[in-house]
Amino acid sequence: MNKKDKIDLSVNFVGIKAPNPFWLASAPPTNTGYQIMKAFDAGWGGAVWKTLGMPTINVSSRYGSTNYRDTRMAGFSNIELISDRPLEDNLREMTEVKKHFPDHAVIASLMVDTREEWEDIIKQVEDAGADGIELNFGCPHGMCERGMGSAVGQEPEVLKTIVEWVMEAANIPVITKLSPNISHIIDPGLAAVQGKTDAISLINTVKSIVGIDLDSYAPYPVVDGKGTNGGYCGPAVKPIALHMLKDLMQHPEIKNTPMSGIGGIETWRDVVEFILLGATSVQVCTAVMHYGFGIVRELEAGLINFMEDKGYTTIYDFAGKALPNVTDWKHLNLKSEVKARINKDKCIGCDLCYISCDDGAHQAIALPTDGSRIPTIIEENCVGCNLCSLVCPVEDCITMEKFDDGKEHETWHELTESDRIPDTWNDDRAGGKGHWVPEPIEALKTKRKDKSGWKK
Amino acid sequence: MAEYKRLATEQDFKENFKQKKPLMNETQAHYESSRCLFCYDAPCMDACPTGIDIPLFIKQIQTGNTVGAAKTIYDSNWMGNACGTICPTGILCEGACVYNNQDVAPLLIGRLQNYATMSVIESGKQLYSPGEENGKKVAIIGAGPAGIACACELRTLGYTVDIYEAKSLPSGLTVHGVAPYKITNEEVMAEMDYLQNQLGYTIKYNNAITSKAQLSELEANYSAIFIGVGLGVTATLNMTGENLNGVHGAVEFIEELRMKHSEIKIAHKVVVIGGGNTAMDAASGSARLGAEEVTLAYRGDKERMGAYGFEYDLAIGAGVKGLFNASPLEILGKENVEGIRFIKTVIVDGKLSTIVGSEFTVECDMVIKATGQAKQGTFLSLIDGLDLDNRTRIVVNVATNQTSNPMYFAGGDAINGGAEVVNGAYDGKLAANGIHEWLTQH
Ligand SMILES: Cc1cc2nc3c(=O)[nH]c(=O)nc-3n(C[C@H](O)[C@H](O)[C@H](O)COP(=O)(O)OP(=O)(O)OC[C@H]3O[C@@H](n4cnc5c(N)ncnc54)[C@H](O)[C@@H]3O)c2cc1C
Ligand SMILES: Cc1cc2nc3c(=O)[nH]c(=O)nc-3n(C[C@H](O)[C@H](O)[C@H](O)COP(=O)(O)O)c2cc1C
Ligand code: SF4
Ligand code: SF4
Ligand code: SF4
Repeated sequence: MNKKDKIDLSVNFVGIKAPNPFWLASAPPTNTGYQIMKAFDAGWGGAVWKTLGMPTINVSSRYGSTNYRDTRMAGFSNIELISDRPLEDNLREMTEVKKHFPDHAVIASLMVDTREEWEDIIKQVEDAGADGIELNFGCPHGMCERGMGSAVGQEPEVLKTIVEWVMEAANIPVITKLSPNISHIIDPGLAAVQGKTDAISLINTVKSIVGIDLDSYAPYPVVDGKGTNGGYCGPAVKPIALHMLKDLMQHPEIKNTPMSGIGGIETWRDVVEFILLGATSVQVCTAVMHYGFGIVRELEAGLINFMEDKGYTTIYDFAGKALPNVTDWKHLNLKSEVKARINKDKCIGCDLCYISCDDGAHQAIALPTDGSRIPTIIEENCVGCNLCSLVCPVEDCITMEKFDDGKEHETWHELTESDRIPDTWNDDRAGGKGHWVPEPIEALKTKRKDKSGWKK
Repeated sequence: MAEYKRLATEQDFKENFKQKKPLMNETQAHYESSRCLFCYDAPCMDACPTGIDIPLFIKQIQTGNTVGAAKTIYDSNWMGNACGTICPTGILCEGACVYNNQDVAPLLIGRLQNYATMSVIESGKQLYSPGEENGKKVAIIGAGPAGIACACELRTLGYTVDIYEAKSLPSGLTVHGVAPYKITNEEVMAEMDYLQNQLGYTIKYNNAITSKAQLSELEANYSAIFIGVGLGVTATLNMTGENLNGVHGAVEFIEELRMKHSEIKIAHKVVVIGGGNTAMDAASGSARLGAEEVTLAYRGDKERMGAYGFEYDLAIGAGVKGLFNASPLEILGKENVEGIRFIKTVIVDGKLSTIVGSEFTVECDMVIKATGQAKQGTFLSLIDGLDLDNRTRIVVNVATNQTSNPMYFAGGDAINGGAEVVNGAYDGKLAANGIHEWLTQH
């Protein structure tokens, strides 16, 4: 029969069960029972309810974005607060959602202030039927001014205390959601673990200003002539999230805590990458705000295809599989050598590789002299930095080819250990002692001529 | 004045009949797929007769899941690859793409579709396997798009399927009728093999069902029968001179062109009679074969032609001359065709009428009649209790494609009177599910 049938996407995340690891992050898509039911019906496996707490007032407008060329919302920013809908309404709808979808994960995101308030609201969401709790210590605007959200996320001691209160009061699993607005994610991560959290989720939004309006001189989104720092998310923040996830997953005291990965997830590849760094559920906000719940079709089909290809039957088969390969710089093999190669049949002659290497890297690409526009790599000069292959607009046109024979292995760590730290500039990868660079004056000789033959 | 030189070799054929929608390379697919907006309730999807989840498969191409993209396509349309190149996409999916609304070029949906399907056809990636055998057998008459789609779907549902096909190749008009610059025979056959290898239905070639006795035998041996016989040969004009040497039916002409390629000897001056898509294909084909002069003669005016605008433009681009408001009276010649006598027409009160005394003659040494295909009435009358409408189309229940004789289901040109491959593919799949439902209940 179909191989697909053997694949089991279901997850058990510290006791929170869901038919798949695709969850909605606590945000506008989980504002109402209507939205969550629609999402479950579309194929999402879980949802973290829009953060509940105390009454709030929101401003208008609330969102801004980074549009990169024709790509809308490559990054997305908001200055919204936690739920502005009455708590009773949210709780009533939560119960109704659980009635219709008993096997899906419904997690209540919470943010309150005093110990009594925490105890009280935990009781209420448990009574409403929530499968778990997520503590929002991440909101970087508004709430922190009231001593909540990222104000807590940035104070490991306070965070730990609150987690302890919650752990004492809660009878359902607790996930602590971390803010990325901190230089060392281990501090709040460790505090959460020491407070005995069941699991961690990350990241919340990153403090940002996405742009300035050139007429009102105020940052976006502009609220009556003024703006404020927003919380940045969407595809642009994925690298930050992956990095922080990896830091936590490699920490000896934190790594056994289940992680829910959040930040810039839009495609199946993003999902697989988070899982490879140890996440066992993922949460999505911006991609759903952009395209709607329907994107889960692509996530699921892509994940299944990947698992089928690699022969995995559950996500636990490959969770964390990339972690051993993320190491410190000092452990990288200094003897490994790659160089760029241009596929002349594919090259369209934009010469972006030439100019990026000549102006932005190592002067290792030569323009053709045969009247064509197809450049060539000067192998002696190429340090294998990748720049040209990243710039090249044609798929698989510039590839990085291995030049070393794979036999030698030496790391900076080994050099340090054996007291062989170099005291001269003699890096083989940079062409050794004699690394060629053009004379400075050459810069003035290579000006392009205009059509009349005069130099500009 | 001919735009194309006469064919001598297969290479000449390839040049003159160069593919209009060549396969995309990776870079093209990457850029093109990145433009798709992933519209909600996408209009492109709505415009596809088989309802392929277009935004999903384009996103799958974009994220490198080409296999998944192909699966998304085949899940809706068993003729996924052929449709990508030969569907009139400008009128269907691409015509509905929202980008058109701001005069931005629509997504090249058809070619992206081929990019995905050809990748699995070439790699032979198995996407489907037959359903668990349920012990029931279904016969299919005709291995055209409708018959093939029905067979594939029935196999996934566990039926044993035998297709009875009059000709020696599968895919019906896809390989015998569609203009050669839209798809090559090899590409059509590659998809046919790809499907049959995965799903394992039997095709009994050179096995026309033409008698009551044969039908009775099928009825005795199978639980249900699907009719996918399409239309018949080119209809006769009932006109003097129709039997002269050099007078051809368009469908037969194109079939010969597809099968024989450069071995065909085209005449010098060709007149094609008709104004539909088949007339355009026959005219384009004649020009590409190197005929010095090709005239497309239509009795009404240009606006009344049934052909799609882009098909007409293709013919004109190949060097065909349009002759409008010219109604043929008789084909001239002794043994071989020498010309056609026409009379001019005019539209009065929305009706076409001839102008007395306006007769004129066009010399030619070949005439191609593209005035419609005959219906399969004679064959269909052999089936008991089979209702046909006044245009000899089989009447079906549109929810199941079941005919008035409950054992028979039908689809494709035989029920719609002549449409596209994609409609046949839709019908075949629908009928298979109709058959399944009917046989499960009985
Ligand atoms: C010249 C021409 C150009 C076209 N161009 C396009 C195009 O560009 N794009 C597009 O989408 N569509 C095009 N079409 C239309 C398209 O080919 C048809 O709509 C489609 O093939 C119909 O599929 P079908 O399965 O109903 O019938 P067919 O394709 O006609 O297949 C019927 C099959 O049944 C077999 N058969 C018939 N009678 C019997 C019998 N008694 N016993 C056994 N077997 C039998 C036939 O041999 C044939 O293989 C074109 C049609 C023509 C004529
Ligand atoms: C408009 C908006 C409102 C949000 N509100 C909340 C919230 O109430 N509670 C919370 O924990 N996170 C909130 N978030 C953060 C998201 O849950 C998520 O952590 C972040 O957007 C990163 O994921 P993404 O890149 O998929 O959007 C919000 C994000 C946005 C864009
Ligand atoms: S960037 Fe790529 S396409 Fe452009 S010139 Fe260099 S190799 Fe050719
Ligand atoms: S890899 Fe870096 S150094 Fe080498 S050619 Fe490309 S841009 Fe230049
Ligand atoms: S209408 Fe166009 S842009 Fe929208 S989903 Fe379809 S192909 Fe993509």
